[in-house]
Amino acid sequence: MSTPMPSDRESATAAAGSPYLQIRDLTKRFGDFTALKDISLDVYEGEFVVFVGPSGCGKTTLLRAVAGLDIQSAGRIEQAGRDVSALPPAERDFGIVFQSYALFPNLTVRDNVGYGLRSRKTSKAQLTARVDELLHLVGLPDQGGKYPAQLSGGQQQRVALARAIATSPGLLLLDEPLSALDAKVRVHLRHEVKALQHQLGITTIMVTHDQEEALTMADRIVVMNAGIIEQVGTPGDIYSKPASPFVADFIGTMNFLTGTVAGQRSVRVAELELAAESANGLRAGQEVTVCVRPEDVVVGDIGPETPNAFEATIEDMEFLGSFWRARLVPRSADGQPFLADMSANLARRLDAGPGSALRVALPPDRIRVF
Amino acid sequence: MANHAVAVAAPVRPKVGREDWTMRGLILVIAAYLVVAIVLPLYAILSKSFENADGQFIGLANYAEYFATPALAYSIENSLTVTLISTVITVTLAFVYAYSLTRSCMPFKGLFKGLALIPILMPSLLPAIALVYMFGNQGFINELLFGESIYGPIGIVMGECFYVFPHALMILLIALSTSDARLYEAAQSLGAGRIRTFFTVTLPGVRYGLVSAFFVTFTLVITDFGVPKVIGGQYNVLATDVYKEVVGRQDFEMGAVVGMVLLIPAVLAFFADRIVTRKQVALLSARAVPYEPRPSGPFDTAMLGYCAVIGFILVFVLGVAAYASFVTFWPYNLELSLNNYQFDLMDGGGWASYGNSVEMAAWTAVVGTAVIFGGAYLVEKSKGFRAGRAAMQFLCMIPMAVPGLVLGLAYVFFFNAPGNPLGGLYHTMAILVICTVTHFYTVSHLTAVTALKQMDPEFEAVSASLKVPFYKTFWRVTVPVCTPAILDISMYLFVNAMTTVSAVVFLYSPDTALASVAVLNMDDAGDIAPAAAMGMMIVYTSAAVRVLHAVLTRGIARRSQAWRRR
Amino acid sequence: MPFQAIVRAAGSLAAAAVVIAAMGSGAAQAKSELLVYTAIEADELSMFKREFEKDYPDVEIKWVRDSTGIITSKLLAEKDNPKADIVWGLAATSLMLLADYNYFQPYAPKGVEMLDAKFRDPADPPTWVGQRAWIASVCYNTVEAAKHNLPLPTTWADLTKPVYKGHVVMPNPNSSGTGFLDVSSWLQLHGEAGGWKFMDALHQNIAWYTHSGSKPCKQAAAGEIPIGVSFAYRGAKLKNQGAPVEVIAPSEGVGWDVEAFAIVRNAKNLDGARKLADWSVSRKANEIYNMEYAVVAMPGVAKAVKNFPPGIEGKMIRNDFAWAAKNRLRILDEWRNRYDAKSEPKK
Repeated sequence: MSTPMPSDRESATAAAGSPYLQIRDLTKRFGDFTALKDISLDVYEGEFVVFVGPSGCGKTTLLRAVAGLDIQSAGRIEQAGRDVSALPPAERDFGIVFQSYALFPNLTVRDNVGYGLRSRKTSKAQLTARVDELLHLVGLPDQGGKYPAQLSGGQQQRVALARAIATSPGLLLLDEPLSALDAKVRVHLRHEVKALQHQLGITTIMVTHDQEEALTMADRIVVMNAGIIEQVGTPGDIYSKPASPFVADFIGTMNFLTGTVAGQRSVRVAELELAAESANGLRAGQEVTVCVRPEDVVVGDIGPETPNAFEATIEDMEFLGSFWRARLVPRSADGQPFLADMSANLARRLDAGPGSALRVALPPDRIRVF
Repeated sequence: MANHAVAVAAPVRPKVGREDWTMRGLILVIAAYLVVAIVLPLYAILSKSFENADGQFIGLANYAEYFATPALAYSIENSLTVTLISTVITVTLAFVYAYSLTRSCMPFKGLFKGLALIPILMPSLLPAIALVYMFGNQGFINELLFGESIYGPIGIVMGECFYVFPHALMILLIALSTSDARLYEAAQSLGAGRIRTFFTVTLPGVRYGLVSAFFVTFTLVITDFGVPKVIGGQYNVLATDVYKEVVGRQDFEMGAVVGMVLLIPAVLAFFADRIVTRKQVALLSARAVPYEPRPSGPFDTAMLGYCAVIGFILVFVLGVAAYASFVTFWPYNLELSLNNYQFDLMDGGGWASYGNSVEMAAWTAVVGTAVIFGGAYLVEKSKGFRAGRAAMQFLCMIPMAVPGLVLGLAYVFFFNAPGNPLGGLYHTMAILVICTVTHFYTVSHLTAVTALKQMDPEFEAVSASLKVPFYKTFWRVTVPVCTPAILDISMYLFVNAMTTVSAVVFLYSPDTALASVAVLNMDDAGDIAPAAAMGMMIVYTSAAVRVLHAVLTRGIARRSQAWRRR
Repeated sequence: MPFQAIVRAAGSLAAAAVVIAAMGSGAAQAKSELLVYTAIEADELSMFKREFEKDYPDVEIKWVRDSTGIITSKLLAEKDNPKADIVWGLAATSLMLLADYNYFQPYAPKGVEMLDAKFRDPADPPTWVGQRAWIASVCYNTVEAAKHNLPLPTTWADLTKPVYKGHVVMPNPNSSGTGFLDVSSWLQLHGEAGGWKFMDALHQNIAWYTHSGSKPCKQAAAGEIPIGVSFAYRGAKLKNQGAPVEVIAPSEGVGWDVEAFAIVRNAKNLDGARKLADWSVSRKANEIYNMEYAVVAMPGVAKAVKNFPPGIEGKMIRNDFAWAAKNRLRILDEWRNRYDAKSEPKK
C-alpha cells in the first residue's frame, strides 16, 4: 500500500523556526542492497526524536549517516544550517552513545567523562569542575575513581551519556542505549534520559527497536521499515492514527479484520456492517483491512443505542497481570476472531470465561480502515 | 512531500578528513615497507632464476638444467619423503599429547604444556647436534638404532619431529579446546562409548585443526634447514641444496631455482591452510559450551604416562645439548669445563656474534612490534580506502608463505643489486632486522588483528565525536588494552630472531655474525661441542626472555585486573 | 598509568639490551682502516693483526673472515661493487676465479722476488702472491681404528680397500676448498680417467661428505669416524691438543693450494693494502706463517712444525693452478653428478 510521504510539519508545531537538522533524499546502498531509500526528515532544535522499526529497517544506518560514520551514497544532510553531508565524524558536531557504551576500559570514570575535554584548551581546574558537574548530572558523583567494569550496566550507560554531552555538542545521538539493560533498569533510565534531555534542551535522536521506549521517550517518533519512513508523528498520533497497517501492527497491538467498504462511512466485515469514520472517501465494494485496538473494544455497559454492537463468544482468555485479553468470535456465521481487553475488575463483574457470551461494541471513531 | 520525492539526489563523495589522510598515509608507508621487504626481493629471486651468471635472460634453461641434474632433482623426492614422514609422526604425537591435556583429568597439565615449548627456544640445529651425541658413531645410546646411521633420513625425521612438535601442538590444543560439550552429552545419551565418541564427535570436530596442523608442520619441515644441515649426511634435501648451491658452489642462479622449487610446496601448503582456517572459524558456534573432562582412573593414568614419556624426551634432548656443551672433549675427556664457551677461539664470530644476536633480537622485537601492531591497527581501524586496506592485508599474509632461505636469498639479489639505492643496507644490522621482522610478520600480524578485533569497534567513532585524534586514542586506550598481545608479539619476535638461521645465513656480514649462524658454522667446521655451547647460549637467552615475558604479563594482569573483564 | 609504566619498562629493557650489545662493537678509531677479507682460521687472526699493526701502526686491520667457500661467494656476490681493500689468505684457485671478473689490481710487493716462483702469479707485476701452502693430509684416529681393526693407511690407494668401507669421510669439493684440492690433485696425479676411477672406488668407502675441510679431521679426532681426509695443519693442531690422531701424507703425493693475497681493483685504502702486501712477503711474516704451516713462500725460512707429516713438502704434487681454476666448475659438476646423490632413498 503506498502512502503519501507523511508531513512532519503538522505534528512539530511545538518547535518553531527552521529545522536544526535537515535530511533530504538520503539513499544508502551497500553493494546491491539499498538500506535507505530516499529519506527526508526534519528535526527541530531541542526535540527528542526516536527512530523505531524492526531490525534491518535502516534506523541505525540513518543514525550513522547523520553521525558521518557511514556516509550516505546520495542525499544531503544539513546541521544548524551547515551542509555536513560529506564530512567525516570529526568535523561534525555531535555526541554519541552506543549500545555497547564503548567506554574505554582502562580509563577511570573521570577520565572517560573528561576524555573529550582534555584535548581542548581547558585548564585542569576547569576540567575537574566540568567532570564533577557532569557526574553530578548523571547521578554518579562518587563513582569517578572506578573503572567501567566495576560499574553496573545502568551506571555505565550514564557514564557514556556524560561523556557524550561533556563537550556540549549540538546533537546527541543514542544508538539503542538501553537495550543491553535489565527490564527494570531500562524503565527507570527511560525517565532519567528523557529528563536529562529536557533539562539540557539538547537536540536528540535515539534509535530503538522497542516501541514502548519510543512511545514513552519521544517528542516525535519516526517509524521506519525496509529503508523508508512509514510515519512521523507524536506518540499519540502514531498510536491512535497509524498511517499504515505496518505502523498499526508495529506500535501496540491491533486486530486486523478483512472486509469491504459498505457505504459512505461504513464497512462490512463478514455479516456485520460497522460504522467507521475513517472509511470516508473510499470506493464502495473495495476490499479493505479494518483495524481496531483490543483496548478500544467496548465490553459490557452497552446500551441499545451504542453503534457497532454485536454478540460474541469468548474462545479463551489470557491473563496479562493488570488486565485480561480475551479472544472473541462474533456470533454471526463466518465471524473472524479478534482480541479485546478488559480490566480484571470488569472481567470479574461480567463473570467472563471461555464459552461465555458477551455483547461488545467497536466505537466508530476508533476504527481504522486501510 | 511531493517536492523532494521527485528529486534524484546527487551521489555523495565523502570528504576525507585530515585524520583519514594521516591513516592512509601511514598505511601506504607500511605497505611500501612490505613491498620493499618482500615483494621486490621475491621478484628479484624469481627473475634471477631465469638469468645466467652474466645477468642475461635465458628463460627456463636453469630449470631444465636443474631437472637434468639427478643430484638436485633427487632432493625433491627426498624432501617430500622426510617431510611427509616427519609430519605424520609429529601430528600424531602432538594430537595425543593435546588430547591428554584437554580431554583427561591427569595432573601436571601446566608442567607438560610448558615442557612442550622447549623446542621453541632452540635453533633447529641444536636438537640435531644433541642427536649426534645420542645416536652418532660415538653416541651414548647409539645401540638403539640397531646399526642404522643417524646421518640421513632417520636423523632428519627425529630432529624435525622434535623441532616442530610445539607448533603442531599449539594448533591442536586450540582445536581440541574449542569443541562443544553438548555434542559429547548427546553422544553419551545415545549410548556411544568412548571410542565411538572419539570417531564420531572428537575427530570430526577437530578435522580442520588437524589439517591445519598438518600443513603448518609440513611447511616448517620442508623449509627447515638446521636439522638436515647438521644430521642429513649425504641425504640431500631442498633446503640444504639452496645453501650448497649458493655458499658452496657460488651458483646463485641455481640457488634461485632451488629456492623457487622450495617455494612451491610452501605456497601450496599456505593456501590450503588458509582455506581450512577460514572454514574452522565458521564451524565455531557462539553458543558452544566448553567441554569439561571427567576423571577416569585408567585413562588419566595412561595419558599421564604418555605425556611423561614425551615430556621426558623433550627434556632429555635439551639436557644432552646442555651436557654436551660442558664436556671438555667428547668422548675421550668427559671432564666438565667451560672450554667450549670460549667462542673467540673458534670460527663463527665468537662472543661478538652472541652480542649481535641479542642486539638484532632486541631491535626486531622493538621495531617489529611497532611496525606490525601499528600496521594491523591501521588496517583494522581505518575507514574507507578499501583497495589500500585489501592490498595491505594481502601483503601482510605473503611472508608466511615464503621460506626463510628463499627470503634471505631474495634479499641478497635485491639489496645487493648494483644501483639499488637501498644497497647501503646490505651487510648491516638493519637488513638483518628488516629480514627477520618480515620473516615473522604474518603470525605477529594475525596476533595483533585478533587482539584488535576484540576491542569495541566504536572506540574510534567515540573519539572522533569527541574530536580526539585517533593517535591519541591509540596511545591512551588501544595500546594499554592490547598490552598483553603486544608483549606476546615482541616475545615471539625476540625468540625467533634469536633462533632463526635460514633467512639470515646469507645476509650476515662478519661485523654482524649471529649466534645461530655461529652454531651452523662451528658445526660445519667440526666444532660440534662449541656449536652446542652457542646453541645453549641461545636457549638460555630465549628462556630468560620467556620468563621476563611471563613476569611482565602477570604483573600487568595484576595491575589491570581492576578494569580487565574476565 | 601503571601499564604505560610497564610498557616503558619493557622498552627501556630492550633498549638496554641494545646498548649492551652495541658496546662490544663500539670504539672509535683514528687510524686508517683496512678492510681485509680472509679465509684464514679464526684462531690465527689475532696474532697476524697484532704483528702487522706493530710494524705499521698507522693501519688498522678489520677482518672479514669466513670459510673459503663462503668468503669466495661473498666476494663474487660483490663483484660489481667490491667492498674489500685486499683479499688475504684465500686459496689461489679462488683468487684466480675472481681475477676473471677483473677483481684485482696487480702489485709487486717489496721483496716479492725473494719468494719461491711457484708461490706467485707468473705475470709481472703479479696479480696474486702466495703466502704458504695448505696441504692435504689424512687424519687417522688410532683408538677408533683399533676398535674396528683398521690398519694405518699409507697411500691414497689404501683408502679404497674394502676394509675401510664406511670408515672414511672427506669434504665435499662443492663447498670446501680442501675437498677441491683433493679432487684436483687426484685428477692431476692419475689423469682424468684414472682420477675418476680412483674416486669411484673411494666413494664406496665414504661414510659421508662434509661441508668444510677441517670437519673430517675434527670428526676423526672426536672418534665420530676413524679416518678423515683433511689438511695437515688441522691434523697437526688437533694432535698437538692431545687428540688420538695420526696425520698421514699419502705416498702418491698430496694436493695443495696456496693461501695468497691480492689487492682489490677499487681498494679504498690502497696505501694500507700495499703496506699489508709488503709486510706479507717479509721474512718476519713468513716466520709467523711457519708457526703453524710447514711450507711457506720464502725458501729457507721453514722449520719443521710439530706433528706435521714428515717429508710432506716432497710429496706435494706439481700443481697446475691455472688448469684447476679453469676446469673448476666442470670438475665440480662431474663430481656432483657422480657422488652427490649418494643416499637417494633406494636400496
